[in-house]
Amino acid sequence: MSEALNELSIYIREARPALVQDAVLAYGELTLTTSGENLIPLLTFLRDDVQCAFVSFIDICGVDYPAREKRFDVVYHLLSPRQNLRIRVKVATAEDEPVPSACAVYPGADWFEREAWDMYGIMFTGHPDLRRILTDYGFEGHPLRKDFPTTGFVEVRYDDNAKRVVYEPVELRQEFRNFDFLSPWEGTDYVLPGDEKAKA
Amino acid sequence: MTEHNVRNFNINFGPQHPAAHGVLRLVLELDGEIVERVDPHIGLLHRGTEKLIEAKTYLQAVPYFDRLDYVAPMNQEHAFALAVEKLLNIQIPIRGQLIRVLYSEIGRILSHLLNVTTQAMDVGALTPPLWGFEEREKLMVFYERASGARMHAAYFRPGGVHQDLPHELVEDIGKWCDEFPAKLDDIDELLTGNRIFKQRNVDIGVVKLEDCWAWGFSGVMVRGSGAAWDLRRSQPYECYSELDFDIPIGKNGDCYDRYLIRMIEMREACKIMKQCVNRLLSDAKTGPFSSTDGKVVPPKRGEMKRSMEALIHHFKLYTEGYHVPAGEVYAAVEAPKGEFGVFLVADGTNKPYRCKIRAPGYAHLQAMDFICRGHQLADVSAVLGSLDIVFGEVDR
Repeated sequence: MSEALNELSIYIREARPALVQDAVLAYGELTLTTSGENLIPLLTFLRDDVQCAFVSFIDICGVDYPAREKRFDVVYHLLSPRQNLRIRVKVATAEDEPVPSACAVYPGADWFEREAWDMYGIMFTGHPDLRRILTDYGFEGHPLRKDFPTTGFVEVRYDDNAKRVVYEPVELRQEFRNFDFLSPWEGTDYVLPGDEKAKA
Repeated sequence: MTEHNVRNFNINFGPQHPAAHGVLRLVLELDGEIVERVDPHIGLLHRGTEKLIEAKTYLQAVPYFDRLDYVAPMNQEHAFALAVEKLLNIQIPIRGQLIRVLYSEIGRILSHLLNVTTQAMDVGALTPPLWGFEEREKLMVFYERASGARMHAAYFRPGGVHQDLPHELVEDIGKWCDEFPAKLDDIDELLTGNRIFKQRNVDIGVVKLEDCWAWGFSGVMVRGSGAAWDLRRSQPYECYSELDFDIPIGKNGDCYDRYLIRMIEMREACKIMKQCVNRLLSDAKTGPFSSTDGKVVPPKRGEMKRSMEALIHHFKLYTEGYHVPAGEVYAAVEAPKGEFGVFLVADGTNKPYRCKIRAPGYAHLQAMDFICRGHQLADVSAVLGSLDIVFGEVDR
């Protein structure tokens, strides 16, 4: 399968050199990197070209790298049933930089883009109905961002006096524990307690 | 009534409707009996699985997968295990592969039995679920005998399976495979030719193949529309390429075809199980059931009592866990409901950086509006039944 993907990668770069920034073959999977403005032409090409025929839409998801200037990756997975190949297309985007919606190319992109909006706050221009999808009605924030705490900000319970569901700031009986598993022998970037005396 | 008084009618279908298959809220816009628009509101069962997995080690992430499609738990674990194994580049011994295939097919029958019979219940038949659940109960006992849990097994782990199967269990599964087709015949006889069942399903929810692909359908949904596409055959994983089974496909792409495919797939799954049982009792009767890489698979109890190295491995693997080299992979399995994929981003630590779960039901449910538009209100539950929705995986 790697050979076929290698050929495909060369073919795509020759056919549409302007649309693809980078093509990497790793773990037997082909990843194309492109930019926001080239995304829709690239997806359309991948879908309509006879040698690609990526007619099957698989997945859209976001990945958050807070340290980067363009902190989000939007990752598209496509499948070509005719060529029996998979492909991954990646677009980097910033918090305030919208990505063109793929709904016109693949109708199935609809909910996946809504999910990326809900979870990461990635905006899609041209999406017919960019509402939240998985989180609660009236939810605030984008929970899959790395700076969103796992415990969240509010908790919900039924108030018997008010006869309705109420939201309250989350109150932890115990601090959420994040264990440091890194071995002190394997290059930590902090000083072990007591080690500072060795230098004195 | 004057013309301007006539307006469309909005109703809420669910979240407590028995045919909503869990916690689905459908906002339906009706023009008389005709469905004009369907707006599914999902997320009532959203548990933040993907976020939680980011805070757990690779081994601790496994049980979350049982809780996605809780009708066929092990098939989900399988996708995650394949993704991690791809990153770690480890191979599974043949006995482990056969056990995985055996239990994946049990999962397929579990899921199809539930779906076929509850779909029959959605359109008015009460007997099939009672018969189907009796068989599901027996299969869940096989789950329990292998892993200790009827549903949330955590049995397929990166590197292989958790424990070996006793020979008696394999023999019992073999016996069950001999009895099951007769039980399936009973359900077949009740439903396949049934006039009401046909009236409710034939030519309902027809989807063309090109729409199937564009909407991201997979599994029974594309096979019902005529594509001979099954990941077990087209992109084989484990030892599926060595096994003999057929892929049923439909002609019309309606609810009835999808029902027929599920019935045949159960028989095919039974055939696969029988082959696995035969091999597990002959050429793969002994031998390792998981990878022998001590840096990934924890040692057995007995070994730990004798070997210092095994003891250290055990301690390290159950506290820190193993580190997975940085990289991105997508691994998919043919789950009973369609292509279940895991997109895993590893950053070289002991925890996944990002684990996107691609659930087939999510793509299927979003097409409710597309499929149901113009159908009668009563067809909504028939379509919903044949899409095979389980909310654990849709809401994650």
